[in-house]
Amino acid sequence: MKFGVLQFPGSCDEVDALQAARRVGDAELLWHGERDLRGADAIVVPGGFSYGDYLRAGAIARFAPVMESVIAFANDGGPVLGICNGFQVLCEARLLPGALLPNANLRFTFRQVKLEIANPDCAFTSAAAGAASLSIPAKHSWGRYYAEEHTLDEMERTGQVVLRYLPGHNFNGSLRDIAGVQNATGNVFGLMPHPEHAVDEMTGSTDGLRIFESMRLTVEGARA
Amino acid sequence: MRARVLIRPKAGILDPQGVAVERALPALGFEDVSGVHIGRLVELDVQDPSQLQAMCEKLLANPLIEDYEVQLLDGSQ
Amino acid sequence: MPEDTVALPSVEDALALGLTAAEYELVCEKQGRAPNVLELAMYSLLWSEHCAYKHSKKLLRTLPTEGPHVVMGPGENAGAVDVGGGLVCAFKVESHNHPSAVEPFQGAATGVGGILRDIFAIGARPIAVLDSLRFGEPSTARSRYLLDGAVRGIGHYGNSIGVPTVGGELYFEGPYEHNCLVNAMALGLAPADRLVRSAATGMGNVLVLFGASTGRDGIGGASVLASAELGADEDKRPTVQVGDPFEEKKLMECSLELLERGLLVSLQDLGAAGLTSSACEMASKGEMGIDIELAQVPLREPDMQPFEIMVSESQERMLCVVTPANVGAVLELCKKWEVTGTAIGAVTDTGQIRVFTGGELVGDMPVRALVDECPLYDLKPERPSQPIYPPAAAVLSGEESPTETLLALLASPNIASRRPVFEQYDAIVQSRTVRRPEQADAAVLALPDGGALAVSIDCNGRRVAADPYLGTIEATLECASNLACVGAEPLGTTNNLNFGNPEKPHIAWQLTEAVRGLAEACLALGAPIVGGNVSLYNEGAASGPIYPTPVIGMVGRIPALALCGRLGFVNEGDEIALAGACSSSLLASELAKLRGEILPDALAQFDLQAICATQRAVAQAVAAGRLQSAHDIAEGGLAVAVAECCLAGGLGASVTLEESGDPTTALFGEAPGRFLLSGATAQMELLAQEIPLERIGTVGSERVLLTAGQARLDCTLAELARAHGSLGALLP
Repeated sequence: MKFGVLQFPGSCDEVDALQAARRVGDAELLWHGERDLRGADAIVVPGGFSYGDYLRAGAIARFAPVMESVIAFANDGGPVLGICNGFQVLCEARLLPGALLPNANLRFTFRQVKLEIANPDCAFTSAAAGAASLSIPAKHSWGRYYAEEHTLDEMERTGQVVLRYLPGHNFNGSLRDIAGVQNATGNVFGLMPHPEHAVDEMTGSTDGLRIFESMRLTVEGARA
Repeated sequence: MRARVLIRPKAGILDPQGVAVERALPALGFEDVSGVHIGRLVELDVQDPSQLQAMCEKLLANPLIEDYEVQLLDGSQ
Repeated sequence: MPEDTVALPSVEDALALGLTAAEYELVCEKQGRAPNVLELAMYSLLWSEHCAYKHSKKLLRTLPTEGPHVVMGPGENAGAVDVGGGLVCAFKVESHNHPSAVEPFQGAATGVGGILRDIFAIGARPIAVLDSLRFGEPSTARSRYLLDGAVRGIGHYGNSIGVPTVGGELYFEGPYEHNCLVNAMALGLAPADRLVRSAATGMGNVLVLFGASTGRDGIGGASVLASAELGADEDKRPTVQVGDPFEEKKLMECSLELLERGLLVSLQDLGAAGLTSSACEMASKGEMGIDIELAQVPLREPDMQPFEIMVSESQERMLCVVTPANVGAVLELCKKWEVTGTAIGAVTDTGQIRVFTGGELVGDMPVRALVDECPLYDLKPERPSQPIYPPAAAVLSGEESPTETLLALLASPNIASRRPVFEQYDAIVQSRTVRRPEQADAAVLALPDGGALAVSIDCNGRRVAADPYLGTIEATLECASNLACVGAEPLGTTNNLNFGNPEKPHIAWQLTEAVRGLAEACLALGAPIVGGNVSLYNEGAASGPIYPTPVIGMVGRIPALALCGRLGFVNEGDEIALAGACSSSLLASELAKLRGEILPDALAQFDLQAICATQRAVAQAVAAGRLQSAHDIAEGGLAVAVAECCLAGGLGASVTLEESGDPTTALFGEAPGRFLLSGATAQMELLAQEIPLERIGTVGSERVLLTAGQARLDCTLAELARAHGSLGALLP
């Protein structure tokens, strides 16, 4: 099982994601200018400020050569995880519904947040089954999830809302406390909190590791 | 041709920057201000102005959350 | 030198650029003729206080700079210490005070950008930033504006570039109202064999400029501005330099990859005085000459004058020396990182810096004269005969109950929780951060060999103002105490000397006394100075000087990461102990400030060696896993320390001070080298055999109870938390 972790010129958390993925499988970095996904079984679009985020977070990154391959990979049913800026990139690429807007508090905010698993049966949370909640750090200034009301209704009905902020933890003002969503086919998932920063007790918690483990189970289950 | 694209949050979407400025103005003595919205301004030279709309749809704006308005500056005034 | 058709600048021009008439004479002597505009601009910058340290260099030479861990001492872009496992830690603190006073967001952002470049310029990957901020009392709108802007600026740059901001300090005092202090410290890690120096060597080697293009930003900026009192001349306000963390991120990755591939002879960042300073420093260190062709420099604006190109302080630029054979590979790698790289000159054996435009020689100066021969000045220190600083406005009358006093102290801007500030910083990117802000007295960063780095930055300027010598020793000890609380012993020290106008005798006295104290403390701690920075003239005509503020940054090593300490109480029933011998005093304390008392003219004496011994014992006990928590007792004294340990651990405590004497002093008095520890009784008994230690209570009641003689203090955790959370109102 091999993860490919994208690397844009302004990526910040790509090495963290690489190290987190290596706790459950193989992983390597994929340069934004290349189209070859090097046989990766799953893709991680990491956090950071891909191209400085000067127009809108993720707006320029989604046109990178590597993203053409990622979009094709996703449309083929390959698992794709977008974290923070990666979530923004996936929304800009229309692989995920909705958009991320500036935080309601208008500040970059770093906080350990508690998340409710709204969909425990999906490809990205299966290894977290039974967990009452996940404690994962969030750190961003553009994390307010937005989609139109009818879209949100449909997403809730079909299990596309995967993670929600528990009461008191939605500092960015996301609609319906949404922290993470998946696409209609359940193979593309984006979230604002950083699971790759919750993989070791020494540096916080290990709840984020469940997301990577879930992806491994999904890939290996599909193979078996 | 010089063009100007004005991008603003769609009506109905919470615009916290606009709200913050709207709140700050009365504190400076500017009363009776409402409907403040903050957007972006993109200026560019283009050979073919008919491409501007596609540029906006694809990159300059996110039509899901933003409205845009294209102004042509040269010759048209 | 071709005949200059333009009139040569006059001595008046030299004065306007900040040189003295005597210095201008000396420039003419060094040149053997009157300098032209370009040459005078370059001399004026390199002979400014900011570049030449002309009022501080003699003092700085008295600091201890050698020790068993020091790998790179002062003089390079940053210092470095050996941290084991084949790795070195590079670190340095630098100020961006004047730019931040003009435009706090960009000033603070470019301050972070500059200190990060210093770190990767010596080949280390930046792993952490700390910030040290001082503003006037938060009751003024200006202070709140500067605070908000500086914090946003630091966050904007650090967060965007992927370097965690792991700690810092923040003070509010009247004397900083017109001269805020924005100091930033950065740390980096490098394999010991990959450190690179900045000396330009190898006749015929090529000078490559890479990074952002050169514009008019900051012309006559930091260098000239840093030497002039703000407000004295509004025209000296420069074009503000604007930082671009995205460009710097690419520049950093590009620089590190160039070094990793062994493509560079030497590397230097462009900071104050831009190309002038970096090219001349490189030539000087290599004892070579340099030729620069300005027509090759990528410009952001057309028609820039040669002197403008040479002194521009456009951000996010680096200069490197490359062998001719490697130039192609270097430029190729620049392309990969989307960084503009251009060969702009060559290393020569002339000992001259020669500047050309399109082949025409437009400036020709001896490198040695520019870099090493600026006259140095002796200070004329004189202890002031009367107080320099007015007392702060009283907010407490002295009639308050102990509980009311504690809550007022916890809510005071200098003690209240820094959460509203540090929540704006990414403290965890790079996955090394083992102790986040407010989890321990020092930040703790994991090392690959199972150990960890501990880092702290500190200075209580008010106490230095009361007693520059002892106050500076205290500030240095405070850093070491913070390290001890996580189990670290110090490896090395950096400092940023923020003072007023050194040409004034009382400021010269503050500076002299502070450096004397710093040297003595670093020697006692075995933590030599590996680098630093000086920021003088922090005073205004009307507002007077800032508090003397020698900001100290210290790095230490923890042997086993898993055992690093924390500040919050952990277990109900653990015993609480007060370690350290010093008796506390209310002189120059936070409580004295809240009561509006005038500063004393001296601090209480203490035994430096005894404090160092206590620190070592605490560090070793923590590192051996023998204690549950450790916290340095600082501003607000014992009562505040107990409250902080309770809040961090979410537990109450019951503490009784048997010792008689004034209860207010016992509860709220301050002194260096005191610790509040918690752990098992047996461990406390053991530690009491090594160091002065008094067992004063237990962790765990629902409430926080403190008794000292007749005084009784009683409140709930919720009440403490409410008071401690008062800073949020300043950053809505």
